Amino acid sequence: MCLAIPALIKSIDGHQAEVDIDGVTRQASLQLTPEAKVGDYVLLHTGYAINVIDPVEAEETLKLLKELSEVY
Amino acid sequence: MKFIDEYHNPELGKRLIDRIHHHSTKPIRLMEFCGGHTVAIFKHGIRQLLPTTIDMLSGPGCPVCVTANVDLDKAIALARLPNVIITTFGDMLRVPGSYSSLQLAKAERSDIRVVYSVQDALGIARDNPDKSVIFIGIGFETTAPTIAASILQAEQEGIDNYYVLPLHKLCPPIMKALLDLGEVRLDGIICPGHVSAIIGSYPYQFIPDDYGIACVVSGFEPLDILLCVDRLVNQIETGQYKVEIAYLRGVKPEGNKHALKLMGTVFEVCDANWRGVGLVPLSGLRLNKRYQRFDAERSFDIDPGPTHEAKGCICGSILRGVSTPQDCKLFRRSCTPEHPVGPCMVSSEGSCATYYHYGDSYGR
Repeated sequence: MCLAIPALIKSIDGHQAEVDIDGVTRQASLQLTPEAKVGDYVLLHTGYAINVIDPVEAEETLKLLKELSEVY
Repeated sequence: MKFIDEYHNPELGKRLIDRIHHHSTKPIRLMEFCGGHTVAIFKHGIRQLLPTTIDMLSGPGCPVCVTANVDLDKAIALARLPNVIITTFGDMLRVPGSYSSLQLAKAERSDIRVVYSVQDALGIARDNPDKSVIFIGIGFETTAPTIAASILQAEQEGIDNYYVLPLHKLCPPIMKALLDLGEVRLDGIICPGHVSAIIGSYPYQFIPDDYGIACVVSGFEPLDILLCVDRLVNQIETGQYKVEIAYLRGVKPEGNKHALKLMGTVFEVCDANWRGVGLVPLSGLRLNKRYQRFDAERSFDIDPGPTHEAKGCICGSILRGVSTPQDCKLFRRSCTPEHPVGPCMVSSEGSCATYYHYGDSYGR
């Protein structure tokens, strides 16, 4: 029910965005994420972007995963 | 797929599992609150990969499953009214209420339409000005702001035939209620990722502070979950209980302030009925005075009649983590995904449906 998937914003018209989900184009509402801009990835839940994905944090988490997996 | 594939690296996963085996010395019990996590854990076989010191339990984080019969019956009663179109997410359709379901009501010619988004429900209201269009508003904090946005949009556009049956529920209060019941000893909680995308991590602070229980917000990919379990084990082994976020690409400690503001504009907190738990104080959302005209329950005269619980169904105790689906005499016998008796077998993220599809990942 609380499923949300990453979607790439291709264009924005007011509160509506056209997003790309692994090659599939859908409409998404940006009413909950007015700060989102073209080129951002958002977490898409039932047609609404509920957050902008932070690419820096995504990279940091991958670094942490690698560090932890090497340290016992 | 970007932001998903990177978190499916099997080599990294294997090393993390080795690390967890190395660090986990004492027997602990973790609960994943969210049904989405339950599915991910079973789908990726994570329970089997963890050391025997770690016992995993599924919690009440499936909105369809926790909706009480009394509320399901209201949705079915609304569906039977003339000139009404019910709009709902698909997983509500087959959930049995006391004596019927939305699916049966649809077979009896009620106009019930499955929507992917509440935006679609608004569109149906726009296209059918002579009908009352009611959206069955289930969901946790992830979904509630989308409903709030739809109500504000309906007001702005002057769509006056759009209504919501508000059955939204809040996660931190039910976590507290379960911990206060004290039926299940827990050492750590895997906190819901997308609920936390909205509410942030601060609302969980009472869990380490008042109950001495480890608390980590997790994403939904296998490496996200392993990272979360590693952090929980670390907190428990070192005795340093706190709220951590292991899903920082999607969750900020303060949550989504804009979404919270929209929720605060339209809703107010109220007591709510949870399957298996009963009335939990301040654990739900209803429309506030200014937006009550969108409330379907207030706007239509319905009499859902007395409620009735299915004989033998133990969904309630499964949702509290007291029982597992295998404890239920109906599981895989009279209760299957094709013929569900209880809601946990209907929803794709219900514990019973997950156990049915993936088996008990402990190999039992």
